[in-house]
Amino acid sequence: MGVAWVAVGSALGGMARYSLSGFVANRIGETFPWGTFVVNVSGAFVIGLFAALVAPGGVLPGDATVRQFAIVGLCGGYTTFSSFSLQTLNLARDGEWGRVFGNIAASVACCICAVWAGIALGAFMFGG
Amino acid sequence: MARPGISKLPPMNLLVTYLVIALGSALGGVARYGCGLLAVALWGVTFPWGTLIINIVGSFVIGGFATLTAPDGRVYVGTLGRQFVMVGLCGGYTTFSSFSLETFGLLQRQPLAGAAYIALSLVLCLLAVWVGHALARKVNE
Repeated sequence: MGVAWVAVGSALGGMARYSLSGFVANRIGETFPWGTFVVNVSGAFVIGLFAALVAPGGVLPGDATVRQFAIVGLCGGYTTFSSFSLQTLNLARDGEWGRVFGNIAASVACCICAVWAGIALGAFMFGG
Repeated sequence: MARPGISKLPPMNLLVTYLVIALGSALGGVARYGCGLLAVALWGVTFPWGTLIINIVGSFVIGGFATLTAPDGRVYVGTLGRQFVMVGLCGGYTTFSSFSLETFGLLQRQPLAGAAYIALSLVLCLLAVWVGHALARKVNE
């Protein structure tokens, strides 16, 4: 069942997010939500790769399992908008408006670029 | 959110933490999948209404829950409970990758719709997290 693939992928993605964002936060500190940023940008890159894989011209066009496991599950569970929202709110509550707009602009810009890069690399590798 | 350094947690606590997050994330992901399918059934694929609504709802929930269960909040839930809901459920439910992919596609096909999607997502999700927080703060008082 497709839902099972989503569940497993999302579980793995969530654990990876917790692990990596925690590692980054421990390294760099929590004055800026670098952990969530790194997770979301890397997740955007990976979803681009998989999107190319299952694109009409890719090697696994329309593959439902890859969609459910990797795109909806893994990437969806790995990346997060709620943490981004909460951390942006907390920055605002601390009066850190520079970081508020920096987090918003950097997250959106870098994630879109990351998707583009992932699709480009994926198209090269998988012909999608 | 505050949590002990991963290296300082005893192995069993660490394992339980990961299991709790895995469970929450799985449930959140399945809920997202279902909501996404429903949105497409209702409104088609021209605009990613599903992801937009998902991210708004998830932002509202995390905003409310974080404040409600904060140290000075009305509800005590404990670290595992907070991890389950915030990292697991909300984290698994919401998505930045789908948002990014959909934005990229829209910007290519219909740039105005793409710009609108970015603006709506940011404004409504940040509004939602603040509303959740503000409501919870009222409850806490």
